[in-house]
Amino acid sequence: MWTLFHKFGSPPWLYRLSGAILRWLLPITVVALVAGSVWGLLFTAPDFRQGNSYRIIYIHVPAAVVALAGYYVMAIAGAVSLIWRMKMADIAMRACAPIGAALTFIALVTGSIWGKPTWGTWWVWDARITSMLILLFLYLGVVALYEAYENKALAAKACAVLSLVGTVNIPIIYKSVDWWYSLHQPASIKFTGGSTIDPSMLYPLLFMILAFYALFTCALLLNMRAEILQREQRTAWVRALAGERGGS
Amino acid sequence: MYFESLAAVVQMEGHGAFVWSAYFITIGVIVFMVYAPRRREKRFLRQLEGQIRRAEGGSPPSASKEV
Repeated sequence: MWTLFHKFGSPPWLYRLSGAILRWLLPITVVALVAGSVWGLLFTAPDFRQGNSYRIIYIHVPAAVVALAGYYVMAIAGAVSLIWRMKMADIAMRACAPIGAALTFIALVTGSIWGKPTWGTWWVWDARITSMLILLFLYLGVVALYEAYENKALAAKACAVLSLVGTVNIPIIYKSVDWWYSLHQPASIKFTGGSTIDPSMLYPLLFMILAFYALFTCALLLNMRAEILQREQRTAWVRALAGERGGS
Repeated sequence: MYFESLAAVVQMEGHGAFVWSAYFITIGVIVFMVYAPRRREKRFLRQLEGQIRRAEGGSPPSASKEV
């Protein structure tokens, strides 16, 4: 266990491992995203009340679910970076922020587009949407905070603290539809008790959630690779890698 | 397949503009999410390679021990 923990702390090891993983995970993710979208767009029946606009669910919900999960990944990486001063945890935290912001942006924009035919408005300041907007600002805040500091060790510390403080927003987002009056419907997928969504609509949705998790993993590894190279630019292995690329 | 023609797929009974715009925006953001870090990595390696070549032309490049 500790050996693995130490291996994860090694930038060249993680750089090579991520390259090997991405070689098969990235094509699988693209195929899964296309297949899931086609399934949801063309092979499911429309919702009896919302009609075909409900098909936005296959990108809106997965983006929102993974944006929330991504925040936990960022906060845990932040905690590891604070406690153990682990360089790779700091890199992972930094890599999570733009991905989480992109996914939150997708959730907000697709939700807004879905809201127009369903609720008759593009935007409403209800609890779920407002707390998701705060999530976007938290992600962007981590990106901006990191860039604002000249001293990157200090930047990592400040970002880790912001990530950890921001976790308070996640349960608020989850429970917002129960705690406050909202245009959003309560959760349709329940792990305990019956889901209120028909299985023919549920399966492509679960498939797309998995595809978005795979997308998050790919984007995280890609961002970490770019960050690793920049931070390790003075080391022999990065310079050898640049030399190899130049020679090929 | 639920729809009977390509026109029905595009129109989606009046909801086509909403559904397709949501999907196209998502595709754009996803492509950016994957493309941006790859571009950053490639550009960095190219710049570093240029630096090394210039250094080799003059004094040898300094490299610290592998971590």
